Amino acid sequence: MSGGVTMGRTLKFNIFRFNPEDPASAPRMDAYFLEETEAMTLFIALNRIREEQDPALMFDFMCRAGICGSCAMMINGRPDLACHTKTKNLPAEITLMPMPVFKLVGDLSVDTGTWFRAMNEKVQSWIHTAKRFDPGQEEERMDNALAEEIYEMERCIECGCCVAACGKANMVPENFMGAAAFNRIARFMIDPRDERNNDEYFEVVGNEDGIFGCLGLLGCEDTCPKNIPLQDELGMLRRKMGFSQVKHLFRALLPGKKMA
Amino acid sequence: MDTFYTDLLCVGAGLAGERVAVAAAAGGFDSICLSIVPPRRSHSSAAQGGMQASLGNCCMGQGDCPDVHFADTVKGSDWGCDQEVARLFAETAPIAVREMAFWGIPWNRVVPGKSIYYKAGKQYEKVEAAERSGAIAARDFGGTAKWRTCYTSDGTGHTLLYTMDNEVVRLGVTVHDRVEALALIHDGITCMGVVARCLKTGKLRAYLGKATLIATGGYGKLYRESTNAVINWGDGAAVALDTGLVPIGNPEAVQFHPTGIVPTNILVTEGCRGDGGTLKDVNEERFMNIYEPAKQELASRDVVSRWMTHHIRIGKGVPSAYGPHLWLDIRHLGAQHIKTKLREVEEICNEFLDRDPITQLIPVRPAQHYSMGGVRTDKDGAAYGLKGLYAAGEAACWDLHGFNRLGGNSLAETIVAGRIVGEKIVEYLEGRQTEFKTSVVRQAVNREQERIEGLIGSTGKENVYELRAAMGDVLMDRVGIFRNQADLQGAVEKLQVLYDRSKKLGLRSTSVHGANPELGTALRLPGMVRLALCIAYGALTRTESRGAHAREDYPERNDRDWLKRTLAYWKNEGDPLPVLEYEKPSTVWQMPPGERGYGSTRIICSEDTEICIPKPETN
Repeated sequence: MSGGVTMGRTLKFNIFRFNPEDPASAPRMDAYFLEETEAMTLFIALNRIREEQDPALMFDFMCRAGICGSCAMMINGRPDLACHTKTKNLPAEITLMPMPVFKLVGDLSVDTGTWFRAMNEKVQSWIHTAKRFDPGQEEERMDNALAEEIYEMERCIECGCCVAACGKANMVPENFMGAAAFNRIARFMIDPRDERNNDEYFEVVGNEDGIFGCLGLLGCEDTCPKNIPLQDELGMLRRKMGFSQVKHLFRALLPGKKMA
Repeated sequence: MDTFYTDLLCVGAGLAGERVAVAAAAGGFDSICLSIVPPRRSHSSAAQGGMQASLGNCCMGQGDCPDVHFADTVKGSDWGCDQEVARLFAETAPIAVREMAFWGIPWNRVVPGKSIYYKAGKQYEKVEAAERSGAIAARDFGGTAKWRTCYTSDGTGHTLLYTMDNEVVRLGVTVHDRVEALALIHDGITCMGVVARCLKTGKLRAYLGKATLIATGGYGKLYRESTNAVINWGDGAAVALDTGLVPIGNPEAVQFHPTGIVPTNILVTEGCRGDGGTLKDVNEERFMNIYEPAKQELASRDVVSRWMTHHIRIGKGVPSAYGPHLWLDIRHLGAQHIKTKLREVEEICNEFLDRDPITQLIPVRPAQHYSMGGVRTDKDGAAYGLKGLYAAGEAACWDLHGFNRLGGNSLAETIVAGRIVGEKIVEYLEGRQTEFKTSVVRQAVNREQERIEGLIGSTGKENVYELRAAMGDVLMDRVGIFRNQADLQGAVEKLQVLYDRSKKLGLRSTSVHGANPELGTALRLPGMVRLALCIAYGALTRTESRGAHAREDYPERNDRDWLKRTLAYWKNEGDPLPVLEYEKPSTVWQMPPGERGYGSTRIICSEDTEICIPKPETN
């Protein structure tokens, strides 16, 4: 698949190596060299390195088509999906590191599964409804434009690039929810099937670990490989939650008053 | 060693596995899902086009119903499917789609009024009724009489999987990701769980369940050129086969998808052709309209893939550094359509081909895509050969697809079969107690431990990656779209040599700390070659052409001698070949064998009067 057509460059890969399971292993950088071939991606390059030079090298690929989100890593200092990164767009020296924030499995492989399961639990990433599914009933109607708007936010592939690129998440990796979580909440907010009101979303995200902890650096928007408009969503969420916060303040000051 | 106990052990946490786990949770039972990757990365997420269900909401789907869906599915299968299963499936699919809507899928919806659409490159107009406004819409797919494929843009598998996993999270179902099953634990009668390897630590674990489900997807990565994800190496089918008791149904039934991109074999959805895209040759001329005047680009996948291969063979392919290919043309659909309904296609073309499908042609060629075969089960999803073992989704041979699956029926199968099999497992679990025999567990774990130690200490010289690549070449070059006696005989012999060599592997990386990817590949390689031998030997033995199994030397569909399903057993580890047995594909014949309406019409009729004379009460 890598093709035999060489492109005239010899690429140097500096790759982070560390096996936390092995007591004898210490973090280090290893160098590998490859002849660049036509249409080479980091998927092709890393597999060739493993098969031809270093069978112990750990990294993650799954769909190799930019859909599953398995292969995010730091590529010359920037988080991106390795599978869709073409070597021809990179300099001849390429440095690959595992993403920060996530727990290291080994070398370039990090544990995004545990992180995102916890995120999904935290934001209660599901439709909250008192209704019960009735197999005998037709589906509830929905405007197609709204369905497409929901799909736009549903396109997140939980790759973790936004988290790795987030200044706040790097400062407080244990707690800060990150753009993927905010995007998920925004997705349910616009979905009329979810019966949660803004106060309920506020309970989840209206705090310093949530939207009010966001420093507005927008590394998330810059690095999202699916080009989800995170800046707009974070803005929307901040406004709505800001409004809820004001309501909470009023409630505290004026007990007994019913707020709309 | 860590040992985990649960009611239902799901091996695989894609759509089928998770749907079964959700059903078990709804029935009050605990489950543990094992998955090689975090569940949302499962290959289900890569399914783009959609899911068939006969809702009949849009004007081009008017009059659709489970009867029509059933008939399309049986024809698509080339009468190889179980008709009772196909009926159950077609009737449940609309409920399953609506249930997914209830759980949060943003299905595309009917937009009332006039709109244009394309079929085979020509522009037409349709008018959607105001009273269906906002109901779940559908698009056209190959081999169907109606527009029936429900979709969310071209990210349908993604939204289904995320929504299903949301249910898993809501219900608190336990998921252990980065865990790979190495062997089933059984006493020859009952399955008790699996021995698994943790892909974070490299350590072995025992998982014990009152019921065990195999939902590990297909085994496309046995082939060199496949649209499948890199983990689709067939671990679930392999561990079932290794018991010697559980057969693989129809291993030779392997689907090639017409539109894998060249190079890399990444899939672009059938939705491209369903939405009106066309296939073109080196002269940028269409050809499917000549070969298949009725269905044209939207004949079933096996038929389109064969004509494409034929067209390349007669010199009409486009030459390239990666061999000849053909073109897929969606330019006439326009930027607006491509950017909303086919946006993943646009992204794939931009990112992996440096091409803009709005203004440029897409280089495509058929690539392995789907395993119709799998762990043979009955209509409840219960595997043959071991009590307490189930299978669902692509890993199973339920058998909905027979010798060719229709586009949009695999996503539908995961959800529908998951729902049905899940309920059957709940019935099985109710009031059931299982004895876990520690001697049996210990024996199974020891066997895997010894395999690992054997590999680590091996003085063998064989390279795992070289053998894996050689296996992929044999299947691709000799057990592909067109097959014949000489190629298949050669394939079996070559695979037997590879199987012997796979017992003499030598590792270059002998670390037992952590995941060690080379060891992982070495552990699964012999099972992969056994599966490959089932495919090749099943194909060699079946001297007819049916669906995706096309024999150049036996071009007829032979209902007289071959209206039967292959059951491949690997009785003993040392055996050089699988043992093939056969059974009738269906016990009911609501639709007797006939012509498909596309593809070849060369048929040797069955002489079985039970099958071929339709009963008066059926149609």
